[in-house]
Amino acid sequence: MQTKEIESQKIPDLVGKSVPRIDAHEKVTGAAIFADDIDFGVGLLYARIKRSPHPHALIKSIDTSQAAAVPGVKAVVTGEDFSGFLGLYLQDRYIFCRDRVRYVGDPVAGVVAVSEEIAEQALELIKVEYEALEPVLDPELGANPEAPLVHPDLGDYEVAPFIFPKPNTNISNHFKIRKGDVDSAWEKCAAIIERKYRIPHVQHVPLEPHIVVAKVDQGGQVTLWGSSQSPFAQRNLIAKALDISHADMRVVAPYVGGGFGSKAGVSMEALAVAVAAKLKGRPIKLRLTREEEFYTAFVRQGLVAHFKMGCDENGRLLAMENKLYWDGGAYTEYGVNVARAGGYSSSGPYEVPNVKADSYCVYTNHPVGGPMRGFGMPEMHAGLEQCIDELAQAVSIDPVQFRRINCLKTGSTLVTGSKMHPTGLSECIDKAAEAIGWGKKSPPGAPNKRRGKGLAIMWKAPAMPPNAGSSSWVELNEDGTVTVGVGGQEIGQGVFTVAAQMAAAALGVPIDWVRVAGPVDTQYSPYEWQTVASRLTWSMGNAVRNAALDARRQILDVVAEVWNENPDDLDIVNGEVVSYKSEEAVSLKDIVVYGLPKPDGTGWVGGPIVGRGKFMPTYVTGLDPETGQGERAVVHYTTGAEAVEVEVDLETGKVTVIRGTAAFDLGRAINPELAKAQVEGGFVQGISTALFESLQLEDGVPQNPSFVDYRIATSADAPFDLETIIVETPQDDGPWGARGVGEHPMVPTIPAIANAIYDAIGVRVGAPPFTPEKVYLAMVEAGVVE
Amino acid sequence: MAFHKITFTVNGESELVDVPSHMTLLQMLREKLRLTGVKNGCAAGECGACTVIINGEPVNSCMVLAVECDGKEIVTIEGLARDERLDPVQEAIIEQGGVQCGFCTPGILISARALLDRTPTPSDYEVRDALVGNLCRCTGYLRIIDAVKKAAEA
Repeated sequence: MQTKEIESQKIPDLVGKSVPRIDAHEKVTGAAIFADDIDFGVGLLYARIKRSPHPHALIKSIDTSQAAAVPGVKAVVTGEDFSGFLGLYLQDRYIFCRDRVRYVGDPVAGVVAVSEEIAEQALELIKVEYEALEPVLDPELGANPEAPLVHPDLGDYEVAPFIFPKPNTNISNHFKIRKGDVDSAWEKCAAIIERKYRIPHVQHVPLEPHIVVAKVDQGGQVTLWGSSQSPFAQRNLIAKALDISHADMRVVAPYVGGGFGSKAGVSMEALAVAVAAKLKGRPIKLRLTREEEFYTAFVRQGLVAHFKMGCDENGRLLAMENKLYWDGGAYTEYGVNVARAGGYSSSGPYEVPNVKADSYCVYTNHPVGGPMRGFGMPEMHAGLEQCIDELAQAVSIDPVQFRRINCLKTGSTLVTGSKMHPTGLSECIDKAAEAIGWGKKSPPGAPNKRRGKGLAIMWKAPAMPPNAGSSSWVELNEDGTVTVGVGGQEIGQGVFTVAAQMAAAALGVPIDWVRVAGPVDTQYSPYEWQTVASRLTWSMGNAVRNAALDARRQILDVVAEVWNENPDDLDIVNGEVVSYKSEEAVSLKDIVVYGLPKPDGTGWVGGPIVGRGKFMPTYVTGLDPETGQGERAVVHYTTGAEAVEVEVDLETGKVTVIRGTAAFDLGRAINPELAKAQVEGGFVQGISTALFESLQLEDGVPQNPSFVDYRIATSADAPFDLETIIVETPQDDGPWGARGVGEHPMVPTIPAIANAIYDAIGVRVGAPPFTPEKVYLAMVEAGVVE
Repeated sequence: MAFHKITFTVNGESELVDVPSHMTLLQMLREKLRLTGVKNGCAAGECGACTVIINGEPVNSCMVLAVECDGKEIVTIEGLARDERLDPVQEAIIEQGGVQCGFCTPGILISARALLDRTPTPSDYEVRDALVGNLCRCTGYLRIIDAVKKAAEA
């Protein structure tokens, strides 16, 4: 009902307006509260975790007696104490290891003490006897039936219906595409490119490390305060693992100091709740060190990707055959869905008649792979979009033109068999190319340098269960101001501002009348699946809009009754109810809590106004497990293009990104400046992963878990100029047409840079990071330098 | 464990605190004085989230022992605004949209203020150089750099 109503309305003025962030003032003054800032008083205890030094081993025995005897130590726990399983899509994880360890960093015991120092000292006194097992250190080898098993019990685990594990192997999900006839298509191809890429693990490195405080009171009420993208999912999963009623578990989530996926689902949070259950009445803080942050929280899993693609002499893509081996790590409870997303997006944003794809999530003895900004797409596009450039070159077509020919247009047939919704991808390609000055070579800054330009395109859908839901409430205060309740989290993307903007727009009040109720608290806030998948502006936005429209309807019904008018003749404008018929007006503050007196003096109408709204997609269908074909695999795809100009130093191999242009189709930008800020941030994160980042694992042992050894982009590495172009092809199920753009900007960055490096020096550098060493050696090998 | 009585000023107010020898300035500011705008991002001097000004110089407070601060003047993010008026660099970072998650923001603003105090009209290079020790994972830095330059003009 409300959706139809809004479709017939014009777009409110506040939609598309770059109002300032509502959380900016508290963040610039140091007043904003993050989880580590909450004061728990002198009763606070501290937990530290004993972790496995082996990538793969059986636990023979654990002796905690000496640790428990240390003065100041309050409790020592091990896996013996907790038998429940954890996992979002596949329940493959104990809270503490019970019988075996599967990666370096796997938690084997926890110590609670009066200080972090004492807890740390006690860890040293825990004696664990291991029997080392052969580790699995490569996903492609791990997928081999002969490989040692990381999870012999895979066949017994509880699993979501759209995930397909293969028991008695290390393959925890196998997603297949069988579309058309690849084998007979190759002979029709004028050119075929076949390549393999090995994309390294990277870390999210939010500036705020993971931090939680857990408390279990004597009555069994559990409270978890934490830096979290997923308060509701954490309540759900931890409550199940520890056999707690959802009614007795509360998660409070203040501002998040960066997430990028690492604080989604459950990683270290359950450890704190488990130890708190053994020490009732005391709040217990668990804060990851920066070193732990690098490899014991989720990492972006590595990928071994094989691409084969071919086109005819006119540059029409005819076939693709892709194999993706995701290095899911020790537990793939979340990563299995990365493999699925990689599978149903495996064609890239192209219309390809014949596709065969196999996307495998493989257990290894590496850190736990999980969601990271882009959810598999940056890793996959890194190779795929370089192959596209090579294929274009093989048939002598400009790579931008090649993409124009083959990219998805409205109504194109997708790799999963369904039709593409309205999309502005072609426009994104044109605009990004034009803005970078495609086809024009600029002179280098010095004789020993070479300049080049590259472009890449992308697509990405929100990867989530088909029915992930959102809800919201909108409450009016005595003075007409508004409080919006949401369960989605402010992780820096600006979603609280957008929620306020949407509520104000739908309700008809000034933006500065609106506040968002925080911190998100599962006890008071409305349900939200998770703050992931770039889904909040779209999904939670729909819920907020629906809640505001519900409040609006309640208000207009009251006024219409008293004025004896039709509610359809009334409107709320700038905080006043007005009648277009009688031209009467009344301020919201006079009606929204106390109602209005009946005109004949016989009593009152109305009362406190609380609007409620929800949104859940109901139209996503399953895919055939053998062919990956189906009616509607996902809710929608956001598409876009990025182009860069780079300079390569021939003497050192150093690559500098001089400038970049980005064009993304976000349906409708609710707040254009916030959207552009997301694009810039994602672009630079993409540059960082392209040039610097790789979590180096040697025999499963992380070699560089610090900011000194694992370098991320600094202020000196940001390009001089990033231009963002917003394309708006409205999304039919989005609020005022909006779709998400949070993750997408880091998807095409790696291949855009790789393509630009090729343009500069005529050498293909393959997989990132494109370090000076790698680029220099590639130039030597190609004979570009001596 | 030896304790030391030290006196110093923070944001213009004099303080008297008993600190153990091994306590860092970061720990003292957060745990003893509840100045939680000073953030702990790595505790190893690598990320800049805990930056404060000591006697005019920007410093990673995780790398300084509290006892070293006896007699010093310290400015934290909580002291940047004066008489409820935001510092120009705070104003500018809001205006330019240089705030996202907000965790690195306090350290960045402190480094920016220290830069502007010694170099009132910095070049693009000088701004980038002054912020190179303050990691930010959200913004991509450009709006922050623009904000510092804009604050310099104010």
